[in-house]
Amino acid sequence: MGHAVRVEQLCKSFGDFDAVRGISFDVDAGETFGFLGPNGAGKSTTISMLCTLARPTRGDAWVAGRHIVDERDAVRRRIGLVFQDPTLDDLLTAEENLIFHAVLYGVPGAEVRPRMDAVLDLVGLADRRNDLVRTFSGGMKRRLEIARGLLHSPRVLFLDEPTVGLDPQTRSHIWQYVTRLKDEQDITLFLTTHYMDEAEYCDRIAIIDNGTIVALDTPANLKASVGADTVIVNTSDDATAARQLRERLGIEATATGEGLRILVANGQAFVPRLFGGAIDPTVRTVTVHRPSLDDVFFKYAGRAIRDAQVGAGDRLRASPMMRGFGAGRR
Amino acid sequence: MALHADRPGPTSQPTSPRSTEPDDGHELAALARFARSDVDLDRAGLSRNLRTVAMIWRREMIRFWRNRTRLLTSFAQPLLYLFIFGAGLNRLVSRGATPVGVSFQKFLYPGVLAMVVLFSSIFSAISIVWDREFGFLREMLVAPVSRTSLVVGKALGGASTSALQAVVLLVLGPIIGVHLTVVKVLLLLPMLLLVAFAMTSIGVALAAGMASLESFQVVMQLVMMPMFFLSGAIYPVTGLPAWLSVLTRLDPLTYGVAPIRRLVLGDSVAGSIPIFGVHLGTAAQIAVITAIGVGSCGLAVHRFRQSN
Repeated sequence: MGHAVRVEQLCKSFGDFDAVRGISFDVDAGETFGFLGPNGAGKSTTISMLCTLARPTRGDAWVAGRHIVDERDAVRRRIGLVFQDPTLDDLLTAEENLIFHAVLYGVPGAEVRPRMDAVLDLVGLADRRNDLVRTFSGGMKRRLEIARGLLHSPRVLFLDEPTVGLDPQTRSHIWQYVTRLKDEQDITLFLTTHYMDEAEYCDRIAIIDNGTIVALDTPANLKASVGADTVIVNTSDDATAARQLRERLGIEATATGEGLRILVANGQAFVPRLFGGAIDPTVRTVTVHRPSLDDVFFKYAGRAIRDAQVGAGDRLRASPMMRGFGAGRR
Repeated sequence: MALHADRPGPTSQPTSPRSTEPDDGHELAALARFARSDVDLDRAGLSRNLRTVAMIWRREMIRFWRNRTRLLTSFAQPLLYLFIFGAGLNRLVSRGATPVGVSFQKFLYPGVLAMVVLFSSIFSAISIVWDREFGFLREMLVAPVSRTSLVVGKALGGASTSALQAVVLLVLGPIIGVHLTVVKVLLLLPMLLLVAFAMTSIGVALAAGMASLESFQVVMQLVMMPMFFLSGAIYPVTGLPAWLSVLTRLDPLTYGVAPIRRLVLGDSVAGSIPIFGVHLGTAAQIAVITAIGVGSCGLAVHRFRQSN
């Protein structure tokens, strides 16, 4: 087997909208694999297909060695899911939610209690086990969902935007649990995120944009591939500045929401030239930073992830699902 | 389903339980010792589906018990019908004597039991829409269990809670002069449960394809109330104008009200239901309501499979 997840030419269309356009990749057993991209890029659609919640339009995929369409229940028994939106019964206690899950996933009766103890310990909710979930904070609910996702010892745990909507402190707590999990368990983690800093926790990252994978590598390699520092300049006249940079220095600058974005080998050495008459417009602010995954996304997707997000927002209103239904009715 | 997985014979794929894999040095947490082999994982079958049905039933009971305030308020409606509506109309209807020979209030009593069963069954089935809204339905739908066990668990759970609510109302019988013996009560229990099962199944079939909470109001007004008014709960279904007679025969609850009334008030009050000259006796009525229940469950399973 070897691969925890194997994807070959997977496609998903909703009516005339292609949400996922023939992606292929492998995830090794034990790996932490991240799907990074703006909302509407096809992350959730892909994860839905891998979790057997959506049928691919074309292509194949295997999770834990089982085919996602032909061996649906076998896949389901081998995966754990943590969704963006809560899926707990808040009129039940934490423990009752776990017992419900254990029974539906066929955990042998004698194992339920020790397993519950283990997962509740892992996420630090052992002392709240008999409290109703409706008394839990958002972060506690997410932790309980992670505990539940692990209860039946899945081979692969899918985490779809595990920290979205949580405050920064809770986010870092969630990551502590996930990192512990990764270190202590023989489990493959497959997660999606649109937070750049979170993608850095992954062994490998696939950057997805408009339904295709534009880059796939380790965070370090991806950053190295940018190969340059990023300088962002704000001037009194960005258009003129960009033209002069191109004509006088042979440097391409891209206009973004924050200002002109320039890639240079040595950012700190470049700043004095900006003030030394290289461009005529007045320089208002300059920032220089080492390559980050934001820059990686920019390099491969051709725009900043924040800008992509805005564009995706419009698409989201006519989101893949909605469009699918709409097209069906017409 | 997966019959071959039940018998992991020598021909089945060799599997390596993780516990026998060489230790690669790092310390595994307590959970790791529970990792299961492929054979164990795919050991599916009847007992697993039965456990699922029982678990979903248990969840319904727990939620029912936790929602005791709703339980108390749900008794207000039958009390209003029985003591205000019933007592008031008692004077109007032949000075207390209905064509079937008992006072209107007594005649109404089994109808009120059926009403409670109908309303609470539909309400509990509609909770599926809430489950969809708050995400828990997804937890159930992604589990490696059959849709049938989900639907049956839900139907049995909803049926049990609504039959329980009707059973509590049995204490009112003696107050209005209905004589209930132990035997009657013991026969009523499965009867109420059966009718509740049929009504919950209808509700689950309706809720299976329902995406929004708004649809709930529509169901209330266009399904639940007509079912109540046409069922014979508040008037006899014999001697009606032809059009109304036809509508009452189309109402599934009609076949639940009649046997409940017969059990509560005796043979003379509620007998057979004539349909196009054929008289459906109590056994036939029970067969009809059972068929409706099972058929609705099947429809619900079908709709869940489609929506997924």
